[in-house]
Amino acid sequence: MAMNDSSVGSGPAASVTAAPVPPSAQEPARAAAGRRSNEALVGVLKVVLPPLIGLAVFVGLWYLVSMTSPQLPGPAKTWASAVQLFADPFYQNGPNDMGIGWNILNSLQRVGIGFGMAALIGIPAGFLLGRFDFLNRMMSPIISLLRPVSPLAWLPIGLLVFKAANPAAIWVIFISSIWPMIINTAVGVQRIPKDYLNVARVLDLPEWKVFTKILFPAVLPYMLTGVRLSIGVAWLVIVAAEMLTGGVGLGFWVWDEWNNLNVEHIIIAIFVVGLVGLLLEQALVLLANRFSYEEK
Amino acid sequence: MEKFVQIEAVGQTFDTKKGKFVALRDVDLSIRQGEFIALIGHSGCGKSTLLNLIAGLTRPTDGALICDGREIAGPGPERGVVFQNHSLLPWLTCFDNVYLAVERVFAAKEGKAKLKQRTHDALALVGLTHAETKFPHEISGGMKQRVGIARALSMQPKVLLMDEPFGALDALTRAKLQDELMKICDATQATVVMVTHDVDEAVLLSDRIVMMTNGPAATIGEILSVDLPRPRNRLALANDPKYIAARAAVLEFLYEKQAHKEVLAA
Repeated sequence: MAMNDSSVGSGPAASVTAAPVPPSAQEPARAAAGRRSNEALVGVLKVVLPPLIGLAVFVGLWYLVSMTSPQLPGPAKTWASAVQLFADPFYQNGPNDMGIGWNILNSLQRVGIGFGMAALIGIPAGFLLGRFDFLNRMMSPIISLLRPVSPLAWLPIGLLVFKAANPAAIWVIFISSIWPMIINTAVGVQRIPKDYLNVARVLDLPEWKVFTKILFPAVLPYMLTGVRLSIGVAWLVIVAAEMLTGGVGLGFWVWDEWNNLNVEHIIIAIFVVGLVGLLLEQALVLLANRFSYEEK
Repeated sequence: MEKFVQIEAVGQTFDTKKGKFVALRDVDLSIRQGEFIALIGHSGCGKSTLLNLIAGLTRPTDGALICDGREIAGPGPERGVVFQNHSLLPWLTCFDNVYLAVERVFAAKEGKAKLKQRTHDALALVGLTHAETKFPHEISGGMKQRVGIARALSMQPKVLLMDEPFGALDALTRAKLQDELMKICDATQATVVMVTHDVDEAVLLSDRIVMMTNGPAATIGEILSVDLPRPRNRLALANDPKYIAARAAVLEFLYEKQAHKEVLAA
């Protein structure tokens, strides 16, 4: 790359001052091709390099901290442990010792059920609140009151009502992830440009058509923002909820490994939680981009 | 028909935070079938309010509006509206935007193929066959407005209502669309009510120009008949004495009679 760079930079100058033979016809073409591939390479580097540097700095700092604090395992030790752990993600040695794969799947299942129910109730509720001002004003004090409550504060209520740990954890996911979907959907409905609704009125469209052709597509981007925020919250809460409720799942696993003083596994769990959360979010971003329309 | 659209003693009062606001009072107007009416006046004179009343988007506080023998009780597809800002649905293609209107009006009695044909025809009428599969954000402002016109015309409305349809366009595009609109009106014998603030546009397109006094409590100030033969040609008209006289009359109304009142009111 460096050689290519210098040939591009000095090529014309050299051919003017010192070239004894006329420059061949291929040379400019080759230079241009070189420049093009150079530009592509620079473009890729611009995208890839900063995150790589960031990760390298992070791992470096981690290494330094682990050098000074002997209890904290360093990157190499954690990596070795992770390789071992992921070599057999789906083993089963009784309910308290299952592979990392089972833990992830169990956590995802709880989030899926809790979040799914929240979506099933929250999105239609958001539509109703956005469409009917009376309902909105009726519900807004309740929503304002309950939304800032820390998710885990709901756990005792869940345990009390369901008398079992697993539904209580799902309940916590449900109640903490429903608010962004209600609020964003309602705001989306309220912000539908009046012009679109006037089109519906002028055409005198039946309610069903108004919903499918105007309300739903107009609200969809807002709704998906709510869904994205909700899934973020749900995934955030699951680890804490499982720490308290037990059972198979990432949160319980973290707590279990803390009791075993297996700090490598705790660090691995943090990375796994982060990675899964990132993937969930990215999947929803892709979905949102697929369904959002261009305004102008 | 002599009185296709009748506006009888219509008044419109809005409740605002500062109390009642009288936007329109004592508006009387009869529109013949096939007539082209321009509503002109300074901004805030209630011309869009009047158009919304004919569209049925708002209900009058006084008087009544009748279209083809029936009272206007709400919006309906027999009164097609072209909005100032086109109001196309951005998630539908041009074809689907028009199809939505066609489907609403004709789906009860016609099959899918016929509905599609109607949609193609409407877009062909405004010269947009090539843009059928495009989305609104992919076409120019003038094209969007043409899709809006196609959508309104596709329903075969009894009256076409246009709220400053070319106001947001550049002068050249506006002239082109005015010419196209004249051709379409000649071909379809449409009854049109158009709100405009452009004197040349009003004189060029209209059979009668309804000039509104300044608000609040605006009403019809004068009505000017424009007896220029059709088809009209903007170049030939530029030196036509009748055209010049009509133009002068509207200008005089707007900038002498009404401008004076505005100063007094202020």
